[in-house]
Amino acid sequence: MEEKSRLQKVLEEGNFAVTAEIGPPRSADSEAVREKVKLLKGYVDAVNITDCQTAIVRMSSLASAVIVMQEGLDPVMQMTCRDRNRIGIQSDLLGASALGIKNLLCLTGDHPKFGDHPQAKPVFDLDSIQLLNLVKGLCEGKFLNGEKIKGKRPCFFRGAAENPFADPLEFRPIRLAKKIKAGAQFIQTQIVYNIERFKKFMKICEEQGLLDKVYILAGVTPPKSLRMLKYMKYNVPGLDVPDELIKRMESAKDKKEEGINIAVEVIERVKEISGVHGVHIMAIGWESIIPEIVKKAKLYPRPEIS
Amino acid sequence: MIVAERKPLEEILESIKKYNKILILGCRGCVTVCSVGGEKEVSKLAEEMKLAREKEGRPIEILEKTLIRQCEFKYLEPLEEFKDKVEAVVSLGCGVGINLIADLYPEVRIYPGVNTTFYGAKVEKGHWIEKCKGCGDCIIGKTAGLCPITRCAKNLLNGPCGGSQNGRCEIREDLPCVWHQIIERLKERGELEKLAEIWEPKDWRPAGGEGVREMIRK
Repeated sequence: MEEKSRLQKVLEEGNFAVTAEIGPPRSADSEAVREKVKLLKGYVDAVNITDCQTAIVRMSSLASAVIVMQEGLDPVMQMTCRDRNRIGIQSDLLGASALGIKNLLCLTGDHPKFGDHPQAKPVFDLDSIQLLNLVKGLCEGKFLNGEKIKGKRPCFFRGAAENPFADPLEFRPIRLAKKIKAGAQFIQTQIVYNIERFKKFMKICEEQGLLDKVYILAGVTPPKSLRMLKYMKYNVPGLDVPDELIKRMESAKDKKEEGINIAVEVIERVKEISGVHGVHIMAIGWESIIPEIVKKAKLYPRPEIS
Repeated sequence: MIVAERKPLEEILESIKKYNKILILGCRGCVTVCSVGGEKEVSKLAEEMKLAREKEGRPIEILEKTLIRQCEFKYLEPLEEFKDKVEAVVSLGCGVGINLIADLYPEVRIYPGVNTTFYGAKVEKGHWIEKCKGCGDCIIGKTAGLCPITRCAKNLLNGPCGGSQNGRCEIREDLPCVWHQIIERLKERGELEKLAEIWEPKDWRPAGGEGVREMIRK
């Protein structure tokens, strides 16, 4: 039996998990990854590395995950369906597992339209749910075509994303159930600012019996400025920023300080919601603030695991 | 129907710049219906090209002909009469017609005057929109008649993605999210449970994954 990832152990042992997201550099500079990761050591259980988020070319998630491991942290590799067909995906997953990567977040991926190469041919051979199912199959020893994997099979703790704030609201738990059925073991949610709506979503999930089957990590982002918060409210599809929060940020003297406070409060409030097993901190372009947020939210030190 | 769009005049002029006598070949099929390649448009293009070449001081002689269809060999016969009279042909037919002519008349120098864009429907005057990708394995019986392969930019089979908000698509905010529509319709029909099943990965071979597709009637 393959040894489990730190993230999986932390969750299975009943701890409240903390993960953080980093975007790899737009260069071949491994130091850029190391610098970001070093700051996080001891403050997070796993580091999630984006796969060319918003369809902008960056160092691959796979390569960055290996650098994260070299720094002694547990990486969550991301795999999207945007740039690879089922052959490329399976090939990269065999390689990732061979290199020791144990956590995998399965996403459909942002459309190239939003990125720096909008001329690219979008692949989308699979969608995120089919990808999860594929990974589950690989872990059970079979390729997507049903053929058996002879020899060592890959092993991944499988994650998926879910947006509790996207429409149609009543269909979101059905889709989450599909993701669980397809093989998701943990879920990272979209950034939570609207706690009430998030609670409603969790309630429906609870009623449908989904929360016993999956670890939910609530997405948290400290807004660095009023501009950023407004940008998220008006320009990011599927993100729900309540008006009160905008007002609060407007009247704050120290916007950065207020951004940290907002993040800490969100963590404290989602921690109280039944079924939330951790937080996933996405401090976009502000990764250095993560240790402070983790400390203020009383999530430091991270638990020792067996 | 197949929808096409006229290429810019400059591009057409550039493609035939070394010739002084050409034929503009229209088609009475789809391109007539979408007003880019019928008799009227053939004449219009001929006028524009003549004028432009006169301005350049290199007048061009242009013959005009519009076929019943360019995509069927039996309707191509009139080309016999023209092919030795001109140096080149600009076709306002869709890419199907041009390819067939190129197959049957290798000696004819044929150039496209339109971009063939999609299979679409006319929704109002002067407005066509894509409705089908011709993927060869139609699934819209399960999606209330709405095609996610064509109408979802990520061709999701287990949609909608997280970017669907207020029923709009995140890629094209002027368009509805087709998965939102599918869900609404199936909900109304009491068939939402159909979407609880995981939709398996699509076999892209009928969609052209193995190259040129053919149909032979048995």
